[in-house]
Amino acid sequence: MADITLTIDGKTCKAKPGQSIVDAAKENGIYIPVLCNYEGLKPAGTCRICTVRVGGRFMAACTTPVGEGMIVESGTPDIEDMRKAIVEMLFVEGNHMCPCCEKSGNCELQALGYRYQMLVPRFPYLWPASQVDASTPKIFLDKNRCVQCLRCVRGAVTPDGKHVFGLLNRGDRTAIAIDHALASKMTDEMAQKAMDSCPVGAILRKEVGYVVPIGMRKFDSKPIGSDIGQ
Amino acid sequence: MLDVIRDVQSETGSVSEEAIVQIAAAMNVSQVDVEGVVTFYHFFSKSPVGKYSVYLNNSAVSFMKGCAAIAKAFEQEAGCAFGKTTADGNIGLFYTSCIGMNDQEPAAIINDVVFTNLTVEKVKEIVAGMKAGKSAKDLVKQFGDGQNQSELVKSMVNNNIHKKGLVLFAPFEAGSAVKKVATMTPDAVVEEMKVSNVRGRGGAGFPTGMKWDFTRKSEGPKRYIVCNADEGEPGTFKDRVILTEMPQMLFEGMAVGGYAIGADEGLLYLRAEYMYLKNYLENVLEKMRKNNQLGKDIAGKKGFNFDIKIQMGAGAYVCGEESALIESAEGKRGQPRNRPPFPAQVGFMGKPTSVNNVETFCCAARIVLEGGAWFAAMGTLQSKGTKLLSVSGDCKKPGIYEIEFGTTVKTLLEECGAMDAVAVQIGGPSGTCIGKKDFGRRICYDDLATGGSIIVMGPKTDILQVVHNFMEFFVEESCGWCVPCRAGNKILTERLEKIMHGKGSATDLTELESWCAIVKSMSRCGLGQTSPNPILTTIQNFRELYEAKIQKGKDYVSEFDFAAAVKESCAVANRKPLSEGH
Ligand SMILES: Cc1cc2nc3c(=O)[nH]c(=O)nc-3n(C[C@H](O)[C@H](O)[C@H](O)COP(=O)(O)O)c2cc1C
Ligand code: SF4
Ligand code: SF4
Ligand code: SF4
Repeated sequence: MADITLTIDGKTCKAKPGQSIVDAAKENGIYIPVLCNYEGLKPAGTCRICTVRVGGRFMAACTTPVGEGMIVESGTPDIEDMRKAIVEMLFVEGNHMCPCCEKSGNCELQALGYRYQMLVPRFPYLWPASQVDASTPKIFLDKNRCVQCLRCVRGAVTPDGKHVFGLLNRGDRTAIAIDHALASKMTDEMAQKAMDSCPVGAILRKEVGYVVPIGMRKFDSKPIGSDIGQ
Repeated sequence: MLDVIRDVQSETGSVSEEAIVQIAAAMNVSQVDVEGVVTFYHFFSKSPVGKYSVYLNNSAVSFMKGCAAIAKAFEQEAGCAFGKTTADGNIGLFYTSCIGMNDQEPAAIINDVVFTNLTVEKVKEIVAGMKAGKSAKDLVKQFGDGQNQSELVKSMVNNNIHKKGLVLFAPFEAGSAVKKVATMTPDAVVEEMKVSNVRGRGGAGFPTGMKWDFTRKSEGPKRYIVCNADEGEPGTFKDRVILTEMPQMLFEGMAVGGYAIGADEGLLYLRAEYMYLKNYLENVLEKMRKNNQLGKDIAGKKGFNFDIKIQMGAGAYVCGEESALIESAEGKRGQPRNRPPFPAQVGFMGKPTSVNNVETFCCAARIVLEGGAWFAAMGTLQSKGTKLLSVSGDCKKPGIYEIEFGTTVKTLLEECGAMDAVAVQIGGPSGTCIGKKDFGRRICYDDLATGGSIIVMGPKTDILQVVHNFMEFFVEESCGWCVPCRAGNKILTERLEKIMHGKGSATDLTELESWCAIVKSMSRCGLGQTSPNPILTTIQNFRELYEAKIQKGKDYVSEFDFAAAVKESCAVANRKPLSEGH
């Protein structure tokens, strides 16, 4: 099928039919921040940080396919401020103590905090009473740090199609959980994959830690998104 | 899966860990998925909810009508606090969001039986009955009006129909709509719907003719008609009255829809709160099958096949959102889907589906009988026909009003006996709160849109309390999927509390407003996109209420309450606060 032409922040872009706005932007060297989106997984649209404006309406760029002649606004000051607000909401909604977190430096939430120059969240801290589930053999599930991106829910699926992770409750009590029966059969590879795909330090492997030292981590010298463009 | 869990819940009073393991094994899904469903819905519980589980409505109107005293009476009589069950496991007390009885509050549901117009006296009787082991049904002493008295309902619920119009509550002859539609082509039906210009009655107001057209044109061997009877918007109860008095017309409307889009199956998604109507509705369906108004070759027309199943909900406002409803009907957590694709393309079981409101289907039945032009002759430019309103709150005659679109708020207030109204909430919490200066405005999509909820607030009602109640509702009912709604509504509520407690500054108010805009813009579905409305529309129309609460001339006021913190820590340490003596 023929390419689609659209503009993102005034730049003319080419995209393939069915492609999401986020992916199209990326191919055209435009960075739209994402947190829940992950290569190879069906977009979920949970974090909303990729929100863009099309025809005056807000929509998540990860779940919205490109359309011919679409005019997308992404990096405008008002949208960027709302994206920053999302990062801040995530910080106040959980309990994040970066200096003592194994993910520090590899953490996408932290990296977004830096990118958006968040000094202190504009929102009051909610201090939720969350727990660490250390009862499974391979991983720690630290709910204090979970941003509910659902990467683990979407990604960790057994060969017979069962979810290893799932959401419990609803509203402000919504929380990630692990299936104890399935987790007991988790291999080291599966655990590593789950940890790697988790954008934050909510899924950590047991018995291994700080393999890559602080200072040499993913976002230690290059800000998130710098590999894509502005 | 919902039906299985519901059976376990009602038979054993909870869905225990062991039950979850068994259900997961039987359905071949992981345990965490089953637990996810159990913990999503309000009427499922992992811990026991008592042999009698009392769900008292904590909506704003319920509080206007004395819910607090009723709650206290329940606690005293039963001997346990809300959120708990009695030591012997006999009675559990819980709050629940609006149960669709706003015109007869305070109201509660006990083991699927509805108790309305509660008084302290009634509570005493009810609790005594529960202690004596009587069935909840036997505790109902008198019955409501109309079909509420029928053998299969036998409920104390009242219809309170105060005004009948030409569309919904005009006489309807059973079988007439399916008979008529059988003489038309599906094209002609869709065309007639377009001519009528009828728009969805569930709140969003999407043109029904167009929706049916899209669904009909979606490729696929199978399509579905789904009736949205979730009616969760606080203050709405008009669908309940249609279900009670006009089920025949509703089901024929669904058959009309099925005929138009080429669906042979329909689903009625009925909110759990209306469980008491289920047998009655099943009976109507059964009769219709016998009378060739449902089933095969309806009205003698070859190939006009359509049947309807009832799917019960389990307590979740967000399941009224059409894609969440579909997820729920498929037995999952009621989380809205991402769109595109729209339900008209990929809906129930992945098939093209038209989800419409109860009232919309009734309009469709009437349009088929009377013609689109007849329908379009009523109402305003962009809002044709009549609208059922559920009126409640501070008025003399709460109940159902079928009005022509374009009626002013003032006229409605006169009719329902609310001349001293100070504020009116149009369209429920997700709608608009207007003050006196706007009472001349008209109820229609072109001006003040509403899915049916009208809540009147008189001079004695504390509007900010109502706003707070609405915000708590959204915090509780958010599906939790996306950040701005999950965290945002909680944050907004806390900031509102800060202001209400007299600890706010002008900055707090400005920030609150701008945060509302963030939640509205960034949220994924209609819930989060409208949940800041109670705050926003009251700041707009009742700014003085907020101004009166904030500390003037200060940029910043700490929300930290030193005295309260000292008290709390003393309570923990079991010490007497030192400051008390000074
Ligand atoms: C949070 C939320 C709750 C809703 N609740 C209901 C409801 O209880 N009943 C209803 O008919 N529509 C409800 N809707 C609207 C539905 O998504 C959908 O638009 C409607 O069922 C379509 O039917 P209609 O076109 O006949 O109005 C709700 C929407 C949202 C976002
Ligand atoms: S998960 Fe990320 S943001 Fe949270 S504490 Fe760890 S490094 Fe910091
Ligand atoms: S545990 Fe990690 S991957 Fe899973 S939802 Fe939470 S943040 Fe996302
Ligand atoms: S806006 Fe609220 S209800 Fe809607 S998807 Fe997001 S969290 Fe769920």
